Amino acid sequence: MSAITAQLPGLQVVVPLLGAIIAAFMRRGTLAWAWATLITAFTPIIAFALLFQVWSNGPISYHMGGWPPPIGIEYRVDLLNAFVLVLVSLVSTIMMPYARRSVAHEIDGDKQAWFYAMYLLCLAGLLGIAITGDAFNAFVFLEISSLSTYVMIAMGRDRRALVASYQYLILGTIGATFYVIGVGLLYLVTGSLNFADIAARLGEASAAFPRPVLAGLAFLFVGISLKLALFPLHLWLPNAYAYAPSFATAFLAATATKVAVYLFLRIAFSIYGVALDLKALPVSTVLYPLSIAAMFIASILAVYEQNLKRMLAYSSVAQIGYITLGIALMNQAGLTGGIVHLFNHALIKGALFLALGAVMYRAGTVKLDDLGGIGRTMPLTFAAFVLAGMSLMGVPGTAGFISKYYLIVGALDAGKWPVAFLIVASSLIALLYIGRAVEVAYFRPVSKAVAHAKDPPLMMLVPMLALTFASVYFGIDTELSAGVASRIAELLIGGLK
Amino acid sequence: MRLDVVLRVGVKLIIPFMLLFGLYVQLHGDYGPGGGFQAGVIVAGALIVYALIFGLDEAQRVVPRRLVEFLVPLGVLIYAGTGAFALLNGHNFLDYSVLAAHAPAGRERGILLVEAGVLVTVSSTMIALFYAFSERGR
Repeated sequence: MSAITAQLPGLQVVVPLLGAIIAAFMRRGTLAWAWATLITAFTPIIAFALLFQVWSNGPISYHMGGWPPPIGIEYRVDLLNAFVLVLVSLVSTIMMPYARRSVAHEIDGDKQAWFYAMYLLCLAGLLGIAITGDAFNAFVFLEISSLSTYVMIAMGRDRRALVASYQYLILGTIGATFYVIGVGLLYLVTGSLNFADIAARLGEASAAFPRPVLAGLAFLFVGISLKLALFPLHLWLPNAYAYAPSFATAFLAATATKVAVYLFLRIAFSIYGVALDLKALPVSTVLYPLSIAAMFIASILAVYEQNLKRMLAYSSVAQIGYITLGIALMNQAGLTGGIVHLFNHALIKGALFLALGAVMYRAGTVKLDDLGGIGRTMPLTFAAFVLAGMSLMGVPGTAGFISKYYLIVGALDAGKWPVAFLIVASSLIALLYIGRAVEVAYFRPVSKAVAHAKDPPLMMLVPMLALTFASVYFGIDTELSAGVASRIAELLIGGLK
Repeated sequence: MRLDVVLRVGVKLIIPFMLLFGLYVQLHGDYGPGGGFQAGVIVAGALIVYALIFGLDEAQRVVPRRLVEFLVPLGVLIYAGTGAFALLNGHNFLDYSVLAAHAPAGRERGILLVEAGVLVTVSSTMIALFYAFSERGR
């Protein structure tokens, strides 16, 4: 047993990676789906075991290939990445039963097995970014997850999916290149690629070479911001989410940007923050206006969007603004708000996109004008949409409220009451776009496209309702979300110089 | 009279040497520049040159599409399987020292296996790319 425990960090990535390879040999979609579901189900077990181990015994270090760091690649699990690992693996596992019918409906038979291989590869990449303690290894996993994402997006039924995928390919590659240039600059001045080792050497290096250290931060910042779709680097996201297969959209919206935010936290707080005075570096200065711009501009764009998937995609950009705002505040409550919103938003957006996937499955369209009266023909699906939408707005009693609460407290603690006001004001815009969908769904006559639609089969319904339930439940019981997030924020802030 | 007789004969003469050179680059990776990636490209080049001169159908008779699609993940499986073998023996993933009685010998064997996996995947991916482009419009 202890032999397995020692191998858990490695297995976290190796299991989905090997699973992806074996899925690539399969030809039948259903078989590949069953296999992918089985493999995915292993990952949260490992992640929870790691979380408990970290919670009681502190950080775990795993030496890939038996080579000790800083020479070898180290997998380092602390509370922050154990939390992200749990989030990513758990949400994927909940979503997997949904995938079978949705994927079978939207992707040609001979390509389904490929889709699941790409999905597992993407999962391995995302878990890899979250678990590794090596800057270059993180880049490799970033590329693994991105490349498989491009393929998944391109498999969308709409021909525009190809263009969307290509757009993301270009922008994503620029982002990854910026990241690797930043890592290169850090390697140049510190001679190390291990996160902890870089952090230990960066202070001295910065005294000798202040400019490359600052330039490295700028490159890392821009590169990761492209990946996490920070306004105005979000341009790839609306089309990618809108035209990707429904399951891929839900999976990516719940996991991919969250892992990029994690990487940002790691670089900012565990490398730069440990070695230098993070508050003196221009991180907050840049993050504040961009986050607030995201919260407003992206939300307003969402209000005017006709395609519901695109609407939610713009909403994602806005929600990422809240997360980065929490990071920009750099105090206990603000950072807790950012991290807990990372968790809550994954659940909420997962639930919302799954609901839209069900609409796509039954009605074949997600254009708002075609969906009149869908709340009456697909009652459970739209009830889930409304509940998750309320959580998105931050109605008290839902998970979204918890995030907003911590963010507002953080803003007040920082003495920035206008920011607190802006958080509330922008939440009202969410009311507008969710409300618009509700108005069409419940108060318009039943339109032709949805007349014969009904709630999706049980296998699709259960994951959707489970995530909806979670996005309300974590507004009442905040032990796993806000409790852990607050500990993480404490550790990150406590580690700052 | 076919005017490409020089090309056909020339290519037939060259291909065995290309494959041999690929093998040389593969195995020489231990001591100098080379390794699975470069060797994979050279091996794929041999088939691509064959396809250019003798036509796509002839090339696909030698290496069918299905085989290529099978080989792409197979190479990665060889790589990851080597790593997983270490896991099964109670060592960390990719710890090659378990592959032989002496750790350095085990690592040498590990690299050999892993590079073989790289060769398979790179060469078949190159061929798959070539097939994908040349089959367009058919």
